[in-house]
Amino acid sequence: MNNLLLIVMIAGSRVALPASAVESVVELDTLIQVPRAAPHVAGLSALRSRVLTVIDCKRSLDLGTTARSADGSIQEGVVVELDGHHYALLVDVVEDVVEALGSPTPLRAAMGQGWERASLGMVETEGGPMLLVDVAALIGGHEQRANAA
Amino acid sequence: MLAVIDRIGEMVATIDAGEELPAGDDSALIAALQPGAEGPALPAVAAGDIKSTAAPRTIRLSVELLDRVMSGVSDMVLARNELARRLRESTGDVAVDGAFERLSGIIAEMRDAITRTRMQRVENLFVAIPRMVRDLSADLGKQVLVDIGGGDVELDREMIEMIRDPLTHIIRNAVDHGIESPADRIKSGKREIGILSVSARQSGNQILIDIVDDGRGIDGKRLVEKAIATGTLSTADAAVMAPRERLALIFEAGLSTAREVTAISGRGVGMDVVRSNIERIGGTVEVDSTLDQGTRMTLRVPLTLTIIPALTVSIGSQHFAIPRTAIEEIVRANGGSVTLDRIGGAGVATIRGRRMPEIALADVLGLESAMADEERTLVVLRPAGGDVYALAVDRIHDHEELVVKPAAPAVMATGLYAGTTLADDGSPILLFDPGGLAEQGGVRLEAQERAARVVEALGQPAKARELPVLLFRGLDGGRRALRLGVVDRIEEVPADAIRFAAGQLRVQLGDSILPLAGVEEGTVFEGKVRLFRLSDGVSEVGYAFNEVIDLMGLTESLIPAARPGAVSGVALIGGEPAELLDAHWIFAEHASGRAGGKPSICRLAADDPWVQNLLRPIVEAAGYLVIDETTELAADLTIALEGGTEPSDGGRTIWLRTEPEAAAAGTRKDSIYRYDREGLLKALKAAGASR
Repeated sequence: MNNLLLIVMIAGSRVALPASAVESVVELDTLIQVPRAAPHVAGLSALRSRVLTVIDCKRSLDLGTTARSADGSIQEGVVVELDGHHYALLVDVVEDVVEALGSPTPLRAAMGQGWERASLGMVETEGGPMLLVDVAALIGGHEQRANAA
Repeated sequence: MLAVIDRIGEMVATIDAGEELPAGDDSALIAALQPGAEGPALPAVAAGDIKSTAAPRTIRLSVELLDRVMSGVSDMVLARNELARRLRESTGDVAVDGAFERLSGIIAEMRDAITRTRMQRVENLFVAIPRMVRDLSADLGKQVLVDIGGGDVELDREMIEMIRDPLTHIIRNAVDHGIESPADRIKSGKREIGILSVSARQSGNQILIDIVDDGRGIDGKRLVEKAIATGTLSTADAAVMAPRERLALIFEAGLSTAREVTAISGRGVGMDVVRSNIERIGGTVEVDSTLDQGTRMTLRVPLTLTIIPALTVSIGSQHFAIPRTAIEEIVRANGGSVTLDRIGGAGVATIRGRRMPEIALADVLGLESAMADEERTLVVLRPAGGDVYALAVDRIHDHEELVVKPAAPAVMATGLYAGTTLADDGSPILLFDPGGLAEQGGVRLEAQERAARVVEALGQPAKARELPVLLFRGLDGGRRALRLGVVDRIEEVPADAIRFAAGQLRVQLGDSILPLAGVEEGTVFEGKVRLFRLSDGVSEVGYAFNEVIDLMGLTESLIPAARPGAVSGVALIGGEPAELLDAHWIFAEHASGRAGGKPSICRLAADDPWVQNLLRPIVEAAGYLVIDETTELAADLTIALEGGTEPSDGGRTIWLRTEPEAAAAGTRKDSIYRYDREGLLKALKAAGASR
């Protein structure tokens, strides 16, 4: 089974994103604020004449705010498309692409609050078990929370 | 039957070809039409005779594909903008620039073409009308003749879908409430068949759709009574309402003048929905009605949805865009005609006697702004389905045509934005939804506009009528002023865009070349030149200037110039004398090719803004040379507002009244209601012919 995963670091944890959902990994420079938007929307950025809505993954998971480098520039983002809109997921570090060694299985151990919401289960990789994160849940952030409440 | 149609088609083709009609024998066909004559195939048309009519070559495409191409082209435009920016940053290589220019041109052309593929003839919207009206009128026992015009006007496919329901609703209303039963019509001296005319025409980048019936009209007084009864309107407000405002009450929710509810309409839901639907797509609905004479509804909708003219503004360092269709005017908060008050913590702005809520964009957005309230600029907005309010922004930047895309759901959830777009410099810009802004800013829309008008109406006599003028410094340093109405926009061009060509100075602006005025002979241009783009609705003229001083109201009387020329007179503006430019002279002198025989001369009051800004274009379009009281020329025609003075010189006089009904006390029998455009044009034509 050729199931590729993109390993990224969010809030200090190594997690996997389904690589099929990922269009590219970019370095974001300018970030335009969106006043009054949900807190996990970090802003807007432009990529090759497209507008990207930048999502702060850490914020979306209720794990604090992703620290921005001091000069406010260069930050790695994972570009995904959902329902015709393009998003950039702000992550700490983009590490590697690995192959999944099996289908995701439910994780029975108790997870942190934020992670629970976005979890698609655990996948085995060569580097050990990894949490598979649901991209839509990351983007939905606030709404998901509202619905759950 | 089909054979008859074939035969007619054949005859038409022959006529088109300029040939003599073949002495074909139609009697067989005629016989076939006789009752009972059904049957044998008709030998009248031999197969060889049929000329293949040249049908336009068409193919069918799925709408989805077109949408994809359209969005691809939009992306292309944005990509081009970015490339343009990159090219500007790097050192210019002429060959690359040239190639890029060519690419730009091709993309622009392609965008036009693609936009056209999305266009549909309004006919598609109109074809269903006759049938609908026939069914309706049959149900109601009325006789209605439908007259449809302008079906070949083209409109964005999406737009057509958006206006289908509102249009249907208006037509239903017209047939149900507007047009009377045949008996009633005869009683009131009309033909028993009512006429409903639906027509479309293009005006600039807007499409106007008129729905006119000759029915009983809308009773403004009844509307007011109803509105008072339902509590939508206070008695005091009602007393000072203009007839037009009364009619506009039909757009309020829950009002209907229908005595009884019918199956078709009259439940009081409807016109408010019509208005909000139309306004949602950036259009407007206007209503004009004369009791017992009929009603005219005018829908104005923009040509397309995807490219929106917008104004960019900023708070602190962040830019935003506001759709231009919602903007009524822009004023400086510290200007003379503006006062800002804090009432119970809420901002209230009074602009030329008109009171409206004021919100600071920085507060709504929770952004830092170091600017004091007084230094801000107020943008007066009229959101879809709502009333005016003033939005205080830090800075106004530019008018741009933006390719707007929907924003991500998380962004749209704020309710503040209508979409996102990319500016020329490649950075994303958020486009505001004016209605959402007001809501988030805590402005209660609806119902306050009338209150605002009251202030206006009461405050009017005290304030002299102000003519808005743009005060600026000309290239030679002189203080000059131009009527704001004629200034389309301000442009900045590189000096080499100005050339002496074909007998006069001309300036290139984008794809068009305009004559340039305001320049003395021998002036050498350097760097950037700023100019006004003046428009009379048909032709455009550029007017070069040095700097804009301010937007002012002209109240002091004008001292006329000694002889006709570019300057019509001198007036005190802002405490100092300034020359008021005669836009008409500028156009007469510079705008190309509209000479011809000696025109009739019409005298209009120079000090009345209504006359100057609304009436004058009509009169000029009718072929008159317009002069004012100060010009010593024998006028063939004078148009005066009722209550004005009798003109001294000869010639005919047309009187205009402000009330639609002529019956009101003190009005002349022969006067024309000032918005009765047809009546006015007829009178103008008659006066011109009798000369």
